[in-house]
Amino acid sequence: MNKSWTYRLNVLLFLLPALLLFCTILIAPIFLSVRDSMYSFSNFTGSDRVFVAFGENDNYLTLFSRYLKDGSTLNTKYIGNALVTAFILAALSTFVQLPLAMGIALCLGKGIRGERAYLTIFFMPVLISTVIIGQLWFKIYDPKGILNAALSAMGVDKSIFGWIQSASGSKWPFTGQWLAKGFGYTALIASFIPVLWQYIGYHALLMYAGVKGVPADLLEAGRLDGCTEGQLNRLIIIPYIKPILRVSVIFAVTGSLKSFDLFQTMFGRDNDPAVSVPSMLLYRFTSLSNEYGLGSATAVILIVLCFVFALLINLIFRNRGDKVA
Amino acid sequence: MSTAVNEKRPLGGKRKHSAIKPSRILIHLMLLVLVVVNIFPLYWMASFSLKTTPEIMGQEKVLNEETGKYVRLPANHVGLPRHWEWNNYPEAMKTANMGKLFLNSLIVSVFTILLTIIASFMATYAMTRLVWKGRKLMNKFFMLGLTIPIHAALIPVYLILKRIGLLTSTVEIIPGVLYLSHLSLIIPYAAFSLAMGILISVGFMGDIPYDLDEAAFLDGCGVWGIFFRVILPLMTPAISTLGIYTFLQCWNELLFATVYISDSAKFTLPVGIQQFFGQYTTDWGKIGAGLVIATAPTLIVYVLLSKKIQAGFMAGAVKG
Repeated sequence: MNKSWTYRLNVLLFLLPALLLFCTILIAPIFLSVRDSMYSFSNFTGSDRVFVAFGENDNYLTLFSRYLKDGSTLNTKYIGNALVTAFILAALSTFVQLPLAMGIALCLGKGIRGERAYLTIFFMPVLISTVIIGQLWFKIYDPKGILNAALSAMGVDKSIFGWIQSASGSKWPFTGQWLAKGFGYTALIASFIPVLWQYIGYHALLMYAGVKGVPADLLEAGRLDGCTEGQLNRLIIIPYIKPILRVSVIFAVTGSLKSFDLFQTMFGRDNDPAVSVPSMLLYRFTSLSNEYGLGSATAVILIVLCFVFALLINLIFRNRGDKVA
Repeated sequence: MSTAVNEKRPLGGKRKHSAIKPSRILIHLMLLVLVVVNIFPLYWMASFSLKTTPEIMGQEKVLNEETGKYVRLPANHVGLPRHWEWNNYPEAMKTANMGKLFLNSLIVSVFTILLTIIASFMATYAMTRLVWKGRKLMNKFFMLGLTIPIHAALIPVYLILKRIGLLTSTVEIIPGVLYLSHLSLIIPYAAFSLAMGILISVGFMGDIPYDLDEAAFLDGCGVWGIFFRVILPLMTPAISTLGIYTFLQCWNELLFATVYISDSAKFTLPVGIQQFFGQYTTDWGKIGAGLVIATAPTLIVYVLLSKKIQAGFMAGAVKG
């Protein structure tokens, strides 16, 4: 074809809207975040910008120090708890939610009466706003909510079950207090249940599509060779849908790292650094305390984590895929 | 697709069908338990939206006619309401300003979808139908967007928009409907849907035969003519998939909406209901009504379009 300058101009014009959006909103902010994370400033014009990187007021140092410099008080900007919460959430999502979803997908995908109807129902919560789901479960966990009502109907003393309501800072698992208080600390598990409830249908749908895509003759061959159903699942279906499992794992992990809506709805009111996820810190630094430097540092940590985990997961799945093939 | 698998099974299954029956019933039972787990919270939400707080808490008292004393009724969590408190609905509708919230969310979503579709169709056309050096590389560059979390843009874009005054602007592009400051959501949402948009479009555009381009070219169409007259009309199936995907990305988005929008007249649905919950923490009936009102339209649309919506979700994920 002719490569005149008008042709090149046309190529550029077609790319222009996407390039503009992409570079200004996705690419440039990464560099801006890295730069801003080296400064401390609270005026949006940046007029009070002070360079703090590598010094004792370094933003990353602040985020990762558990106690204030005098060693007495807890640092409310500490990101460690939030990160561990996100990691636990990611692990639970990957190792509890995905196997369950796989089970559903296998049950449905191999042909069962009403499979589409089941799927349609399981997928429904995915579409409901997480804000609504957070509030709904907030009500379920309420001291006077249905969970405690059910427990007391079964004769369990409900007074010890705070579930997610703030109870004298004993909420985080590694603070040690939760052991003393019995079930005083339940917030982490309690917040995982809605995640499980909402997204299991999503993963089940993806995997179901995968199971449906397994060629019928492959399964036939397996059956003729005397495979049991379990062997069919393990040796044929699961290896075959590995690309979909990879997507599911990436979604589960990066989704957990980025999670915000549910936690903000359930715990945002407490404004308690003990029960938070990284995005809530980002929100607080941006909207409540105007500590843009710290916020940018949080964003950089999130970007790096998302990239690293996506890479790692791709790597893991690539190696396993090679072995199978 | 599903029937093909179903029909083949009994043939090779050596009449295994009848032997499997009891386990099938077990599977159905387990699935039905899951269905109950799925539906019950929603039923509970709907049921407490029609009750008063005293009824839920068991603080309700009625006069016992025989003894002449007031008797406390038990808490009613699970059952149907003793008296249906329909009033919760108009009150929630009014105090949360639900109509306006829906309108705002709808406007933001529609324009985000439009922008995403235009940008990704055009870019995809340039990268798959036009011949130039580096088009493969450019595609890879756009695919980076799949891994970049939306959080990356929050502060930098916020600072810039605040500086140019977009966040506090009172300009109304369409009076009472589209505000200039809604652009602060539309543009980032579109930017973050773009990578998936291009991924989906590449799949769909690849299915359009290249012969059509050549025929149009011989008929005297330029690159723009081919795009508008040949490619666009054939991309209508992609519009629904891409539109549904983008819609689901922005309809429920909270982080950007809550940071960028401070004027309650411009709130989107998630921000608005978040505020509403904050104000009415103890009035269960009203909160329940708010929850139901905010959920119902999505669920109704889902019931009507469930297959399309599921396809929209899968299109991105399976290819990605």
